[in-house]
Amino acid sequence: MEALKKELKERIIDVLNLEDISIDDIQDNDPLFGDGLGLDSIDALELIVLLDKEYGIKLADPKQGKEIFQSIETMAQYIATNRTKL
Amino acid sequence: MYWISKYVHIENGSIFENGKLIFVSETTDFSEFIKQIYKRFEHAYPKFYKMDDLCKLAYVGSEFILKNETEKDIALLFSNNEGSLDTDSKHQRSIQNSDAYFPSPAVFVYTLPNIAIGEVSIRHQLKSESAFFIANQYQADYMHKYTERLLQTKKAKKILCGWVHCLNGAYKACFYLVENSGILEHTFQNIKNITK
Repeated sequence: MEALKKELKERIIDVLNLEDISIDDIQDNDPLFGDGLGLDSIDALELIVLLDKEYGIKLADPKQGKEIFQSIETMAQYIATNRTKL
Repeated sequence: MYWISKYVHIENGSIFENGKLIFVSETTDFSEFIKQIYKRFEHAYPKFYKMDDLCKLAYVGSEFILKNETEKDIALLFSNNEGSLDTDSKHQRSIQNSDAYFPSPAVFVYTLPNIAIGEVSIRHQLKSESAFFIANQYQADYMHKYTERLLQTKKAKKILCGWVHCLNGAYKACFYLVENSGILEHTFQNIKNITK
């Protein structure tokens, strides 16, 4: 699980162009939206594509994202349980 | 009579402000160059990194003109000869293969050139007249007339005009601000000179 969280942080930094942020700046339970990383609605869509492209997870209902994208911890848990790509 | 109060020219790793060279980069690679400018001139605007290359160039060019500007009634008239083709192509590549069909929302939102106007408007909280023209080259005569018409009919108090070209790593930006006073007369010939 720790390796998955690290990989997830690297991919999020890359795909969302978080230029001045390193993986050490993102704590596992930091909120990704709002006061945390300050991501926006386009970023949320980009995270849905990331789940599909890298982990083979298709979110049928984008509203699910609200729960899944709370933090790196919640994302990693969801991916570990639902991934179809290794 | 209207005047050009400020102008900037960005090309080949160099920046000229009001005709004076203010920055030369060792790199001509656009990604490196634009990042250098952003950091060197302390443009504290994290959203910059999320923009496509056309918007980054428009943002940086406009920033040199508008950084200390307090007037909000500024119309934006931008122009280039390729629209958003650079990002359109990037988007096309992401949907080319049906087995790897992963269009990026963050890329797709930049597949319109007037998004560059939107980014500058958001940055400076402008809710003004705007237009993005596509032409083979900068239409100095047309832009001159259009600009003066907007000012004469009080559609805006100042006009930021600009050519912003970004395609396949090649780039060039020329921006100038037109208002009631300034350093160069707003004439066809002066526009030709500062946008060549």
